[in-house]
Amino acid sequence: MRYIGFDVGSTCTKAVVLDEQGSLVFSKVVPTGWNCIETAEGLLSELEAQNIHKKDARIVATGYGRVSIPFAHKTVTEISCHGRGAAWLFKSDAFTVIDIGGQDTKIIEVKDGRVQNFIMNDKCSAGTGRFLDIMAGTLGVRLDELCELARQSENHVSISSMCTVFAESEVVSLIGRGTNKEDIAYGIVESIASKVWGQLGRLSVNGGDFYLSGGLCELPFILEMLSEKIGTSVKSAPLARYAGAIGAALYAQNMK
Amino acid sequence: MESLKDRTQELQDIMDEFAGAKKNASIFVKEAAEKGDIVIGSFCQYAPMEIINAGGMYNVLLCGFNYDPPIPLAETELPANLCPLIKSSYGNILGKTCPFAFYSDLIVGETTCDGKKKMYEMLSELKQMHVIHLPNIPDRERSLESWKEELIRFKEALEERFGVKITDEKLRESIHILNQERSQMAQLYELGKLDPPAATGLQMRSVLTAEYFMLDKKNKLEKTERMLNLMREQWETGKGPYKPDQHPLRILVSGAGIDGVVDKTLGVIEELGAAIVCYEGCCGIMNMRRPVDESPEADPMTAIADKYLEVPCAVMSPNTRRFEQLRSTLAEWKVDGVISITVHACTPFDVESKKIEDICAEEGVPFLHVRTDYSPGDEGQLRTRIEAFLEMLENNR
Repeated sequence: MRYIGFDVGSTCTKAVVLDEQGSLVFSKVVPTGWNCIETAEGLLSELEAQNIHKKDARIVATGYGRVSIPFAHKTVTEISCHGRGAAWLFKSDAFTVIDIGGQDTKIIEVKDGRVQNFIMNDKCSAGTGRFLDIMAGTLGVRLDELCELARQSENHVSISSMCTVFAESEVVSLIGRGTNKEDIAYGIVESIASKVWGQLGRLSVNGGDFYLSGGLCELPFILEMLSEKIGTSVKSAPLARYAGAIGAALYAQNMK
Repeated sequence: MESLKDRTQELQDIMDEFAGAKKNASIFVKEAAEKGDIVIGSFCQYAPMEIINAGGMYNVLLCGFNYDPPIPLAETELPANLCPLIKSSYGNILGKTCPFAFYSDLIVGETTCDGKKKMYEMLSELKQMHVIHLPNIPDRERSLESWKEELIRFKEALEERFGVKITDEKLRESIHILNQERSQMAQLYELGKLDPPAATGLQMRSVLTAEYFMLDKKNKLEKTERMLNLMREQWETGKGPYKPDQHPLRILVSGAGIDGVVDKTLGVIEELGAAIVCYEGCCGIMNMRRPVDESPEADPMTAIADKYLEVPCAVMSPNTRRFEQLRSTLAEWKVDGVISITVHACTPFDVESKKIEDICAEEGVPFLHVRTDYSPGDEGQLRTRIEAFLEMLENNR
């Protein structure tokens, strides 16, 4: 028996497989694209090629596209999955996980492997991965380049608009004023970290470590900026973008 | 066996009548208006139904719970970042898409918030209006006299405009009828106390809304009585809305402006298997349990004013009665989790939700606050948050 977790996010779809012993034997991320069913089916045929068949597997889907995965045996929300996956990844009992996703930012408090409380943004894209994507596009750089530029900033500017649309025009007017790209980049990353910090205030977090999951976990400067804002070290792990999918696979393992 | 089946059907028929009350009411109101009966349109329970009914008038709730067409239309005149209830209410009258407003002889507003107050000024150019001014402080010593005077002014305005006499005797009769209605609603909420509950939250909502649309009060009281008896009986024979061995998560819904977001909030909560066992806010249990004083020595207008001063609406400051209501509901209904729903730009309820959250934390009950509006754009995110909250409650059971 194999336990497969699919995390169908707004930007990327992640798949992981746990074997009978609970070891991670497969992980892959692909862009979600226009059709999340086709994307998931593509991943499924890749699994077939590796001799992992859906008839010998339990499949749990999570992420915003979870309900459109026809072959999933069960769906679980990304909040529960991120909490569960992060507990597995970071081997911690009491912690807070921050997931900056494509369209949502979630802050999840976990104790004994179970979600205790969480915050998720409204429908607005403020403070999400999408915000960073659009801002990087406005500056004409990739996301990783944006972060490296931000690190070199000497005269910090701040972007006061949290709304993606207004922030974009703010960035355009900074460009027009001849502000350094590095400084604008800093302002963009700082505004994401501030938004997370603001949301944390609504959650009465009771100590424990902070972890970042989701697609931004490979960007060290994001972690540094978050740590600085929150006032404690925010950690991550190379597999952290799979936290949701791993959580889903763990739920699959528990299925009867 | 056959008779049990009949009862299931009978209950279903009554529930259908409640659910279809609004649709039927539009025809009722049209015919009433054509016969020359007086129809009063209102937006909120602060327009005291006792006084309106005592004048032999029908009180209907005006449409203000849909997005399209009223909201885009209202936004041609009102700011977009205004509460959807205000926009929808105004847009439905502006575009003549509310039959109840169309046939109303008078619209009664209440100064429950600044947005409404200013909207009513605009509405008065479209319809005949009477605006009731509310006190801000729900304190008998400081507000009861002026509030009572304001209600007397309302009563006199009705008498003068429609040439009727609203006597104490008629007020007493109408108080008696509406007290029965409240008591029945309280009994319905009480069915939510059972484990598993003998009524669903959506059923409760449907009966609550029918208060404004089943205009033949005698019929409504009889039907509700029968419904309550059938619900109890069905539950005892294991035929309630939940199987006897089922123990759904028990959710208390708190907040205001919910009627415009029923499907994407209440509907989702119950579709995912949880049970809404009671509501908290201006339609909470306290309001239903506490009748208007009917004793012969009580002056009816004072009794009405006294009762309505207790409505635990977030426009009151400080709104301590609401906090008391919340604490007792959490305990009595054995609530597993509170879902607080407010609509965008509803400042009083939105700000107060923090206090609701704090009380839940003190009582150790998990809390989720969702802020939404009438547009369909956030259905997916709302579902995820509600579902995640229910998963969290289930995993921590």
